[in-house]
Amino acid sequence: MTDLILTYAGASAIVLLALAVFFGVVLAVADRFFQVKVDPRQARIEEVLPRANCGSCGFGGCAAYAEALAKGEAAGNLCSPGGPAAAKKIAQIMGIQVSEFVPKVAIVKCQGSRENTLRRFRYVGEPDCRTAAATQNGPLACPYGCIGLGTCVRACPFDAMVFDPGTGLPRVLEDRCTACGTCAAVCPKNIIEILPKQQYVHVLCRNPEPGRLVRQVCKVGCIGCKACEKACPVEGKAIHVEGNLAAVDAKKCIQCGKCVRVCPVSCIGDFRPLRQGADKDKPAAQKVA
Amino acid sequence: MDVGYIELAIGAILVSNFVLAKFLGFCPFFGVTRRTSDSVGMGIAVAFVMAMASAVTALVYRHLLLPTTPEHTNLLGLLGMPVPPDGYVLILKTISYILVIAGLVQFVEMVLRKNVPALYRAMGIYLPLITTNCAVFGVALLNTEAWRDPANGLPVPKAAFNGLCGGLGFLLAMILMSGIRERLAESRVPKALQGLPIAFICGGLMALAFMGFTKLFGITG
Repeated sequence: MTDLILTYAGASAIVLLALAVFFGVVLAVADRFFQVKVDPRQARIEEVLPRANCGSCGFGGCAAYAEALAKGEAAGNLCSPGGPAAAKKIAQIMGIQVSEFVPKVAIVKCQGSRENTLRRFRYVGEPDCRTAAATQNGPLACPYGCIGLGTCVRACPFDAMVFDPGTGLPRVLEDRCTACGTCAAVCPKNIIEILPKQQYVHVLCRNPEPGRLVRQVCKVGCIGCKACEKACPVEGKAIHVEGNLAAVDAKKCIQCGKCVRVCPVSCIGDFRPLRQGADKDKPAAQKVA
Repeated sequence: MDVGYIELAIGAILVSNFVLAKFLGFCPFFGVTRRTSDSVGMGIAVAFVMAMASAVTALVYRHLLLPTTPEHTNLLGLLGMPVPPDGYVLILKTISYILVIAGLVQFVEMVLRKNVPALYRAMGIYLPLITTNCAVFGVALLNTEAWRDPANGLPVPKAAFNGLCGGLGFLLAMILMSGIRERLAESRVPKALQGLPIAFICGGLMALAFMGFTKLFGITG
């Protein structure tokens, strides 16, 4: 009886061994036949990337960016969540110069809170800004304003946005923002822009219509009065009004804040107090009516 | 009782859908169905693996595990090795099937990596997970059960076809689920239910719906 069991056990072992060897050979041959040349640097680069697959580098995920980097087809400083640390490590692995990493942050360019703006109709439907925007161009009287249903807040993969229920506007928690660009991509009105952190002054309105039309729909919309342009001390002006909408030229702006103070509708925001720690919990603009 | 091809197809895709009726293969069903494009790729890969695994395991079952019968010979017996009267079925079935499936999936992974790199990257970690996917192992086991065919389990071509149909049923379930989940992503789901919980609830409701196919055309399969 024991003999029989042992012989069966032995035979089973031999069968399994044979199967294993068979598959081992098949796979070894297949490996040679289906070999894919992978740059070893690509794997090392993938390890230093944050693996968030956010796409802010412009590639389809961290693996794709690592591949492009290994091939030398991409700049080393494109990873926002990775920041300067990742840029440095990439430069080390690739043996190239460390590219200057510019920290960026998401800026919500609208101050159209519930108090400041008019609604054209009451939107009842899916609580998503995109579907609201697709319904008769949105419930806001201003066609360029923030609808305030929080799609950007929900989209943020880093929980860096909160919805302010008092104003009905999203707020960026700049400490957590990695400038991945997801919020900017989902906003149907393209209100959110990813801009360098070293720029403190931004015009928080995107409505290019004439001033009297803007005043009808929003208390804090840019009316194109050019007071900011006149107040700017920089030679050649660091803030321009084009088509009834002011815009800051970040290359020239010296962050003096004069335009912020003279704006009659307080639509220009100064992010310096927020970023330099003075009033971290207050909204960025000088006045939110 | 000889099982026909159409019976196998309806059985595997509708009546006894592997995910919704047999509750096998949840890992990719809940893991890959956030996007329909990923789901389709994954479903096709699983269908392919299931078909191949069914074919090879049916061969292993008939010619290595079962004792020699008038219809087929046991290769081990042919080589002069001792074969128990009931064959090696009980001893070796599980482990040899797993070995076969693991080897096959590795092979598929290699082929995909070389020929369809986009799909390979899209599936990422889920490709090796097909190896331990209970749906693949399940279909291999179910093909070779005695209830399918009194003595021998399904013949190899029918086993492969059953595996393929099982995979197609899997693909169908995944496409349906990903369609629902893509819409769920934009809905106001309570915080506690977001993500996997609501997906499970939806899956359960889909399974209830598929119960409507029970005994369709008399097929129980």
